[in-house]
Amino acid sequence: MTAASERPLTAMIDPAMGPPDCATYERAGGWQAARLALGSLTPAEIIDRVTRSKLRGRGGAGFGTGQKWNFVPKEPASERRKYLIANADEMEPGTFKDRWLLEGNPLQLVEGMILAAYAVQAAHGIVFLRGEYQEACVRLHRAIGEARQQGWLGENILGSGFSFDIHVHSSAGRYICGEETALLTALEGRRATPRSKPPFPQTGGLWGAPSVVNNVETLCNLPHIIVNGPEWFAGLGLGEDGGTKIYGVSGRVAKPGAWELPIGTPLRQIIEDHAGGMRSGYQLRALLPGGASTAFIDTTALDVAMDYGSVEKAGSRLGTGMAIILDDRTCPIGMIRNLEHFFAQESCGWCTPCRDGLPWVERLLDAIEDGTGQDEDMEQLDRHARMLGAPGRTFCAHAPGAMAPLASGLKLFAADFTAHIQQGRCPHHAGAGP
Amino acid sequence: MTTIRIDGRDWPTRSDINLLQACLEAGANLPYFCWHPELGSVGACRQCAIKQFSGPEDRKGRIVMACMTPVSENAIISIDDPEARDFRASVIEWMMVNHPYDCPVCEEGGECHLQDMTVMTGHNTRRYRFTKRTHRNQDLGPFVKHEMNRCIACYRCVRFYRDYAGGDDLAAFASHDNVYFGRAEDGTLQNAFSGNLVEICPTGVFTDKPFSAVYTRKWDMRGAPSVCVHCAVGCNTIVNAREETLRRVLNRYNTDINRYVLCDRGRFGHGFVNAPTRIRTPLRIIDGQQVPVPTADALTAFAHMATKGRVVGIASSRAALETCFSLWALVGAKHFSTGQTRQEQECAELAHALLTRHPGALPTLHEMESADAVLVLGEDVCATAPRLGLSLHQSVRQASFHTADNAKVPRWMDAAVRTLGSECPSTLHILTPAPTDLDSVAAETFHAAPDDIARLGFAIAHEIDPSAPPVTDLTPDDAARVARLAQTLMAARKPLIVSGMQYGSRALMQATSSIAAALARTTPAAGLSLVLPECNSMGLAMMGGLSLETVMEQARAGEIFTLIVVENDLTRHLDPADVADLVATVPNIVVIDHTMTPLCQHASLVLPIAAFSECNGTLVNQEGRAQRFFQAVFPPAPIQAGWRWIQTLARGLDPSTLPVTGLIGWGSLDAVLAALATAFPGLAPAAMAAPGGDYRINGEKLRSQTYRASGRTVIRSFVSVRDQPPPASPDTPFSSSMEGAYEPDMPGALVSFYQTPAWNSVQALNRFQFEIGGPLRGGPSGICLLSPAENKNTQARPYTYTTDIPPPYVPQANVVLVLPDTRLFGSEELSMFSPPIMERSSAPTLGLPANTATSDRMMLHLEDGPHVLPVKPVPGLPADTALCPAHMVARAFRFPRMARLEDFPGEGERT
Amino acid sequence: MPIADLSLPAPLRTEILALAAQELHPRGASVAALRLVQARFGWISTAHLREVANLLGMSADDLDGVATYFNLLFRRPVGRHVIMLCDSVSCWIMGREPLCAHLCRKLGIRPGETTADNTITLLPTVCIGHCDHAPAMLVDATLHGDVTTESLDHLIDTLRNTP
Repeated sequence: MTAASERPLTAMIDPAMGPPDCATYERAGGWQAARLALGSLTPAEIIDRVTRSKLRGRGGAGFGTGQKWNFVPKEPASERRKYLIANADEMEPGTFKDRWLLEGNPLQLVEGMILAAYAVQAAHGIVFLRGEYQEACVRLHRAIGEARQQGWLGENILGSGFSFDIHVHSSAGRYICGEETALLTALEGRRATPRSKPPFPQTGGLWGAPSVVNNVETLCNLPHIIVNGPEWFAGLGLGEDGGTKIYGVSGRVAKPGAWELPIGTPLRQIIEDHAGGMRSGYQLRALLPGGASTAFIDTTALDVAMDYGSVEKAGSRLGTGMAIILDDRTCPIGMIRNLEHFFAQESCGWCTPCRDGLPWVERLLDAIEDGTGQDEDMEQLDRHARMLGAPGRTFCAHAPGAMAPLASGLKLFAADFTAHIQQGRCPHHAGAGP
Repeated sequence: MTTIRIDGRDWPTRSDINLLQACLEAGANLPYFCWHPELGSVGACRQCAIKQFSGPEDRKGRIVMACMTPVSENAIISIDDPEARDFRASVIEWMMVNHPYDCPVCEEGGECHLQDMTVMTGHNTRRYRFTKRTHRNQDLGPFVKHEMNRCIACYRCVRFYRDYAGGDDLAAFASHDNVYFGRAEDGTLQNAFSGNLVEICPTGVFTDKPFSAVYTRKWDMRGAPSVCVHCAVGCNTIVNAREETLRRVLNRYNTDINRYVLCDRGRFGHGFVNAPTRIRTPLRIIDGQQVPVPTADALTAFAHMATKGRVVGIASSRAALETCFSLWALVGAKHFSTGQTRQEQECAELAHALLTRHPGALPTLHEMESADAVLVLGEDVCATAPRLGLSLHQSVRQASFHTADNAKVPRWMDAAVRTLGSECPSTLHILTPAPTDLDSVAAETFHAAPDDIARLGFAIAHEIDPSAPPVTDLTPDDAARVARLAQTLMAARKPLIVSGMQYGSRALMQATSSIAAALARTTPAAGLSLVLPECNSMGLAMMGGLSLETVMEQARAGEIFTLIVVENDLTRHLDPADVADLVATVPNIVVIDHTMTPLCQHASLVLPIAAFSECNGTLVNQEGRAQRFFQAVFPPAPIQAGWRWIQTLARGLDPSTLPVTGLIGWGSLDAVLAALATAFPGLAPAAMAAPGGDYRINGEKLRSQTYRASGRTVIRSFVSVRDQPPPASPDTPFSSSMEGAYEPDMPGALVSFYQTPAWNSVQALNRFQFEIGGPLRGGPSGICLLSPAENKNTQARPYTYTTDIPPPYVPQANVVLVLPDTRLFGSEELSMFSPPIMERSSAPTLGLPANTATSDRMMLHLEDGPHVLPVKPVPGLPADTALCPAHMVARAFRFPRMARLEDFPGEGERT
Repeated sequence: MPIADLSLPAPLRTEILALAAQELHPRGASVAALRLVQARFGWISTAHLREVANLLGMSADDLDGVATYFNLLFRRPVGRHVIMLCDSVSCWIMGREPLCAHLCRKLGIRPGETTADNTITLLPTVCIGHCDHAPAMLVDATLHGDVTTESLDHLIDTLRNTP
């Protein structure tokens, strides 16, 4: 980290070596940022640096991180109970970037959390970790324990007067917990349904106290921004946005995986250069660029730069930046059905359109895929895509996210839908076999 | 106030409400489910979607949930917007995906909010062609039926039950479209307000179980505005009847008292009216046997008795003012007893005196909800005045409202306010002998003997106003507690001190009023509230009369020849020995009651009186509010109202012997009230509790059935197919049928059911208010007889504090201080004749301080003999005290008293 | 008496109380406490749920509302081993359906069921973040990727032979 890396997030990750311990981490440039921040920067200066770095939330929504912090009341941590929460509830289908960071270099997250906590003056840190990430849980606990032992966590860190500690909350599996307000509700030991805003978490979050929820990848960027400066970070991006991004590809590509690349790397480059293109015998038909809740884009949009603005212009969202590939031998309706099954099941059950609309969609797709679809079913799918897709109609963004692949799929795969209904069967046969 | 534009038309509206309220108040038909005026907004159902435009130029607008959007200056919205309409139709369609089409057999049918809203959105064809999810239903106990398949998951039930009423045994389970609302396992809902689920649920998931057994459609029932008779709070109710039988009790909105909520005792206590214990004919002792006799026979018998010697009348605090007064008119003031022991009577009269003298406020239940510091002194209000307890429960939210105000979050934004308030301290302080259900939401609770609590109270009053007498010999702990509580109360803008006569302690009530008066010197809003035991305790206290002790003395002296006891089971007041004395010394006991109480077996004559649902009358609640109840049932002769019975008895006597000459001539309730006003000027306004029997709207009586009522002829077709004229009463302005006037702005005291075009469920109530949650359009129901305003001039007349401070409670050897364990279900007289309440009441136990019981069952020696009771450890109960269920062990049980307690012979030592 | 009817071992109760003490309000520990019980007993019986609720000062109804909300909290008994086969999109594309069918045939159960010998419970799970090695599954706490029918057969044999 001393020499500013082009892939700062993952430079220290070496699967063969396992996650670095405190000493290794420090030798590789770790703790510099924390030392600098706690030693000579004010919270306001950190917020300013992060704001200028153009860092945007890596969880999918893409909200400016510095901006988010600015809403937090400014009292010192010692005077007001505040929380800094790492959102490690990575449950977006097709997404496996945070696990890489958590398992690969948990101390980087710890340092990022110290910086964020110092910036917003929160004394309480929580990692909200999805329950299935058991290896990450073990490594995180080890890292936190070590950091605590070395004085990086606890009372009066580095004699700065700032105290901060981290507690790991292992969740028990609910996609909606990734939504920041539902995450807070879950931490309170309640049924994790989202909350209305206001109050925003920054002013009234966990147990009513000011709380900041940042994605793991977002937090992991912080040490590098503080050490190397916001301009360096902003310069890493290829377009509007700053920094690197972990991109990934799954599906029938030659080498599925995840890579840290400059934000704004063109999609085609990610698929062809890093994922090795399609497996032989398979053609790329369409893809979800950033997880299950992003809209399909087809091959005509492959040259899109993978940053927040560009992907949106192409009709989808950057989301988590983890693409899922639909090949030509997989039934697109089967794929959408799989997605909608997921969204219907993971609906928290709070608001009517999501709770009762998504299962209807799932059953329509079941029928079409199973060969019992009717012409009117298309109207119903259209209606749901319309009614559930627009923001503000459902309580949170779950249903609009669910409608992204459906609405785009209805357009992109219109002929497939018609064929299914007319032939009374799936032309691809059920599902897809190896 | 501000103005908003709804579909092109400007409406003045309040600025602190949401758009849904604003639309409803403007008279618009905007459907909704999860929002409730008392529960606020959470945005779950998404039914109230409307279009909001950013300005006059904005043609596109955006869909918003009206309930989640605050009214803003000059907001432009559209309900009719096609996109909004489409979305609302979709929302209903989603709700109906799993909803069964069982309206014809559903007990909610005809008064179902979901039906209304479905019709309102125009959804009428099922397009969902797949399988519906199904759920298993639970047995939730004797009050509430459960049919989960009907659930539309609006979350109102759990929000009401948990957030509002403080219950914890109803929850939402599972997730997505499989969410389930019920209990973890089958079993009786424990919260005292569970019955409100019936009205809170917008469809038929939770329905009234006792009503189910005698079910009939809403539109076929006659309604009558009524007043609950099961405690002294005076909640307003609607009684429903068909075929001249009472079917159910519903909440009737009174903005000052119960508003949207009744307790379960009030909702399900009415079963005594139709119980087998009901008296339906006169009974007379012939040859040692009590046998039914014709009315004429009974009257002759009475006339005979009355000529033989002195007639003394015993009234009752559960009888209407008119009944008590007519008895007073029959026997004369000198021979009129309140039917209460001296202790009860003194307490009730003291309550009246203290309230009248109080220089501060006498808050209504609704005003109590906004008290910012509450101190309860020695009264388990959750048992003695449950609805008042619920208002105190709401008061603990005040701090969270202030936090929300600071965060610019509207108070109706319910979930948000609860989030913000999750760390706000409670403002409720409870000093009682035994734990209460409110303890869990209190900032501080402290348990001590009643006298010790009174001493703390007097000390607090002295701390606030040094001119109040001091209390000596307080322990340092108590002194600190006193200082802390005084500080808290003085810092409040709207403090409230509550006590009552549960422990029969004058000192407790005096200490309470001393604190309230001390606070009122600097805080005029300082409120005082005193809980009384029965529905007309205050009315009777204002009339006054002999105590039962005096009657006993006269009886023992052989001065009483005939005793007329009206609606009073003396066995609840007098020890068995006293009752035996009375029976032995008084030749004739005439009981006029509706229910075969234990006293009836001693009566030489029993006359069947109309129950509250069968007659009209006035009750004065504990805050001094006179309220009228009306009949929904026209009972078959000889059952008639109490005052009519007494009038009938009087007609058999020599008119010259009657102390009030008009008695015989009274033709209607209004005439009784006019005479009452002359005899008791303090009670004169009671006549204005509701419009008189001659009140008309546009020359018409008020109808008490919906215009859809059916079967008028068919019901009695087995007798005759001829149409019978509907029954009528000169006492009320109601027609007993569907004929007559009915409008949302008719007088508040005369609303007999809620229904307006398109709104057939209880939600139609919104149309009866100008401002939702505010007063009724037609004005208040009832009238206050006590006016604290007269005491405001505190400079002129300094408050006289009582100096009668009791000494500390000192335990005595070999005895325990027995205190009443007043129970929500079990202690109140009439509700215990109601089958569902009987089922809900649990067996008597003996409460002892935790870890002091030496065996599982112990023997308590009371005046009427030993009682063996299972022991229930009560954490926090003061040492050397015992809790004994009131009226459930010894029927007449006066508190406090010392009693001997010993191990039950034959029981092994506790291991 | 089945193990789930026994009351919680004292050390577990202590551990739960300690968790509760760390939270601002005890209920904040509800998921963690239930996970502890499940780790010890494999699932959360009603008796245990009641006990945990008691320790956390919640009603059983309240806590069960939380327990039944989360996917990974089992309110019914499971076998000695739990196979959670990912059913999300990447794994579906990569052929999890035929694998699932194979497993069901081999174990003689349907998803959501437990083998008669109480060895294996098969459950679907949402994406477990192993999409670059789809199809993937979690077997107890261990992550398996690039699953094939052959590797499944081998795994089942191993599981049947491990306690």
